[in-house]
Parts: sequence; C-alpha cells; structure tokens
Amino acid sequence: MIEHRSHTYGVVGEFVTEHELIHAAEKAREAGYRHFEAYAPFPVEGLSEAMGLKRNKVPLITLIGGLCGGLGGFFFQYWCNVYSYPQNIAGRPLNSWPAFIPVTFELTVLGASLSAVFGMLALNGLPQPHHPLFNVERFSKHATSDRFFLCIEARDKKFDLADSSRFLQGLNAQHVTEVVDD
Amino acid sequence: MSVSQPPLDSPEIRRLTPVLAPGHTYATVTDKIAAIVLTRPVSLGWLAGFGIAFTMVMVLNLAVGYLIIKGVGIWGINIPIGWGFAIVNFVWWIGIGHAGTLISAILFLLNQKWRTSINRFAEAMTLFAVACAGLFPLIHTGRPWMAYYMFPYPSTMGLWPQFRSPLIWDVFAVSTYGTVSALFWFVGLIPDLATLRDHAIGKPKQIIYGMLALGWRGSARHWHRYQSAYLLLAGLATPLVLSVHTVVSFDFSVAIVPGWHTTIFPPYFVAGAIYSGFAMVLTIAIPLRAAYDLEDFITMRHLENMAKVMLATGLIVAYGYFFEFFLSLYSGNKFDVFLVQQRLHGPYNHFYFALILCNILTPQLLWFQKVRTNVAMLFVMSLIINLGMWLERFVIVVISLTRDFMPSAWGRYSATFWDYATFAGTLGLFTMLLFLFVRVLPAISIAEMRELVAETSEEHK
Repeated sequence: MIEHRSHTYGVVGEFVTEHELIHAAEKAREAGYRHFEAYAPFPVEGLSEAMGLKRNKVPLITLIGGLCGGLGGFFFQYWCNVYSYPQNIAGRPLNSWPAFIPVTFELTVLGASLSAVFGMLALNGLPQPHHPLFNVERFSKHATSDRFFLCIEARDKKFDLADSSRFLQGLNAQHVTEVVDD
Repeated sequence: MSVSQPPLDSPEIRRLTPVLAPGHTYATVTDKIAAIVLTRPVSLGWLAGFGIAFTMVMVLNLAVGYLIIKGVGIWGINIPIGWGFAIVNFVWWIGIGHAGTLISAILFLLNQKWRTSINRFAEAMTLFAVACAGLFPLIHTGRPWMAYYMFPYPSTMGLWPQFRSPLIWDVFAVSTYGTVSALFWFVGLIPDLATLRDHAIGKPKQIIYGMLALGWRGSARHWHRYQSAYLLLAGLATPLVLSVHTVVSFDFSVAIVPGWHTTIFPPYFVAGAIYSGFAMVLTIAIPLRAAYDLEDFITMRHLENMAKVMLATGLIVAYGYFFEFFLSLYSGNKFDVFLVQQRLHGPYNHFYFALILCNILTPQLLWFQKVRTNVAMLFVMSLIINLGMWLERFVIVVISLTRDFMPSAWGRYSATFWDYATFAGTLGLFTMLLFLFVRVLPAISIAEMRELVAETSEEHK
C-alpha cells in the first residue's frame, strides 16, 4: 500500500487515442471523481461534453469588452466634438454621428478582441510557467505531441493514490504515474 | 512519402485529392513541422535569400534616413500629386494582408478544412504586410516623429483629431487591424509554442519557447475556453477585414476627385485586396513547400483552391472596372467622362492597359484546370496579379490627381530613385521577416494538423 503523501498533486495515465481519453473521462465522472483533468495535443471533439464542462465565460467577457469599446469610442468622439472642442465644419451638426461610426466600429472590434484573448488567458490562469505535471517526463514529452492524458487530482475527495491508479489502469491507461508537486 | 498526382482528367479522383497526404499520424505531423524549426540546419539557400532581403532592408533604412533628413521633397510628389508612391504602396500592402485574415477567419467560420495548412503563414504574411503598409503613411506625413498627433491624447493645446476625416478612420482601422491580426496569430501559436518548448533541445530554446508558450499544457478546460476565444476572434476579424479596406477606399471615395468619388469603391477595393492577397499567398506558398518538402501538407488541392479564389475575386474586380467605366459614362458628368478618356488616351494610358492585361485578361487562364494545377504557371500568374494590383492603385492615385477639374491644376508625376528605393526596401523587409518566421516559428499550425489527422482517420473508418 502506497502512503498518501501531502505533496502529491495527483495521478496521471496515458492514452493512445482520443477515443480512449473520452471514454476514460466519462468513466471518471461516473465513478464520482470531480477534480480530474484531461490533456490533449489538440481540441478533441466531444471531450468537453464527456468532462461535463458547461459554457464558459469567454463569450460574455468578449461581449462586455466589445460594448465598452463601442460605447466608449462613440461617446468619446461625441464628447470631443460637442463639449471639449466644438468646431463648425461646413455647417455640419456637432454630433455628426454617421461620421463617428467607422471609429466606433473599429474600437468595438478592438475592445472585444482584446477581452476575448486576455479573458481567455486569465480564466485559464495563464501564463503559468510551472505546473506539477511538467515533472512527469512522459507528459512533457508527449502531451503536446501525440498522446492523451488523464490526471485525477489529489484534492478530489475520492482520491486515493492506490485506488485511483488502479482505476486508471482499469481504463487501459499506460504509464500510470504519481504526479509530485515539489 | 510522396503523393502521386492523380490523373487530371478524372473529376472523381480530383475530388478526392486530399488536403493532407495519407499515412500521417499525430507524431509524424508534429515531428515533420517542428523539425523545420528545431533540427534542420540553416541551408545555404536560406542564408542567400535572407542576405538579399537584409540588404534591401538596409536600402530601406538608407531611404527613410535620407527622407527624414531632407523631407518628402526627395520623392516625386508635387502639387497637385501629393500622394504618389507612398499611398500606392500603402494600399497595395494593406490589400495583400487581407488574404491572411480571410484564410484564417472567414474560411475558419465556413469550416473549410483546406485552410489548415496555409493559415499560419498567411497570418504571418498579414502581419508583415501591415507592418510595411503602416510605414508608408507614417513617413508620408513628412515628420514621422509627430505621427502621434493622429491619436486622441490629452494635449496641452486642448485639440482632438478630426474624427470626421477618413484619414483618422484609417489610423483607427489600420492600428486595430494590426493589433487584432497579431492577437489572432499569437493565440493560434500558443499550442505550437508549447510543442516547440517540449521538443526543443538546449536550454536557451526551451526557455524562449517556454516563455512564449505561457505554460500551455493542453488541458481540456483550457482548450474549451481557447476554442471559444478563437471562434470569437474569427467572428470579429471577419467584419474587421471588410471594414479595413472599406475605410481605405473611403480615403478616396469621400473626396470629390473624379475617378475616386464612387460608391462602388468599398466592395471593389475589398475584392481587389483579397485578389492580391491570394496572389501573394501563392507567391510564398509555392517556394515554401518546395524548399521545406511540405508537399504532403500544402497539396495541389490548396494551390488549386487558391487559384479558384483568385479567379472569382478577379472577376469581381473586373466587374468593378467595368462599372467604374460604365457609370462614369452613364453619369454624363463631364469630369468623369474626361477621366475615362484620360485613362484610355492620356499620358498614363500604358499603365491602364498593362493593368487590364495583368488583372483581367491573364487570370482568365485560370479557367483551365491544366493551368490551375501547374505550379510554375501559378507562380508566374501570382506575380503578374501582384503587379497588376499595384498598377491598379497607381492608376487610381496618379491619373485622377494629374487630371482634376482645372486644366491649370494639371500636372505630371514620375517617381524618383528614392521612391523606388523605399518600395524595394519594404519588399525586402517583408521578405526578411518571412525568412525569419519560417526559421523560428512553425509555418504550419501543428495543433490544427493533428485535428486534421483525427478527422481524416475518422473518415477512413
């Protein structure tokens, strides 16, 4: 019996195909695991559903960023032309809104794009130079190339190093390894 | 492994020409693409190409340095032809960039699998073309160190930019375009940078790629959000790319100069941009696949599809020329009619005829499949179209400005040595950046190729 150590991050198993990974993720959920994570070298179709991932917040953040960019852009031009420095140019109204649309549009896109990218990175907790999984040699070598991994994390209530390892082996995982956070 | 070309006369076999040669696995696509960056030694050809491009960048430095010392008087511009090469080159470069965004965003939304192996370097091409484009209005201001005047900042003079002017719209459009293109490109690169980090040999490479990869580890939760962000960026870049060349066309069409003041300009500029951009993608793709043995990934199907897009957008451009011509005559406006006559019989009519030859007549050869699948012919054709699109901007800028309303204001324009040196310099800058790009970053998206492997193996089951 392997003793449960406090600095264990979890246990990771390796799969050869994405179908095995999806299957394993489904089984892990069925077995009652909640804190586990699948790793794939490309976005695998059906994996999010298998892991029970719900809708994420990136679209909402993007919408808010776009609205801020657009409204901010328009009303900034309005403020410049109507309050800060009103100029009569060829008798046009000070709030000549059709002429403000191109800049408003560009700033909407800019605000939305910046929020999409930085929102995604922030929600993902990136940049994060170190992660316990990088200690696993096979993970570093294959996770971004040609293998699929499932890691059951130690913070899961159901986690037990021996049981969880056996569970992964039962799912046909190879190279089941303890992940140590040092 | 080499792909034998299927017999060209069989449509059934042609339909099956793959976007990825068969037999590839996750590991082989990873190794083959990553090896170009990580293990392949620097070749003599690369050094020679880079050296020539680098020399041209030095010419650019010289030309811009001299410009800053002497002012824009060293160029051929005068009154009334204040725009000249700088604006011709600006519109040409920014147009080239548009195909990159089209391939990466619009074809992504349309779920076109063949985009996968060409989108990465097409996006890089966009970035580098925007960099070259942005340089021209900057140095055309004459005092580039004052260019920040065009951005709204709280100045002690209490002034703001003129937001009713297309030139300010341009500042916002081009800077937004540059920013969003860079974001889109970088987001696409993150998983591949992680691959390079994990495959790199030697600390310096591991550290540099590791920092750029931001600690990406391919977690399913990360991919989930990543895909949302990527899809949203594609959705945002699509209207953006259309808006950018529309705004560029407003620089012309909002003015009342004959030949510029037409409503057809925005769609016809956008089509022209995509046309020249695809030509440039081919100009780059054909030598790239030959030099780095990428025929498995950039297959004949890609080249043929790009040729078809060129044919289609070329026809839209031809339609634009025709209607420009027709509406000028139909309007009965004597200045517009006169401008058409000037294009046909004026002092710059040889440019106009060369433009028709390059942009309308030559591309009709693309109707023939034998031409579309002939790599050498496509390469030559892409160069001709690039030239034709440059001539188009020259015709628009120069003929209209030399022949506006008052005969007393008519003039002539000819470029000087420094005009040519600056233009050649940006060609060098663009080429040099591309040479560096293929050496340090994966020219094909590895993560998306793995997806393609998964999808194609699914189909074969």
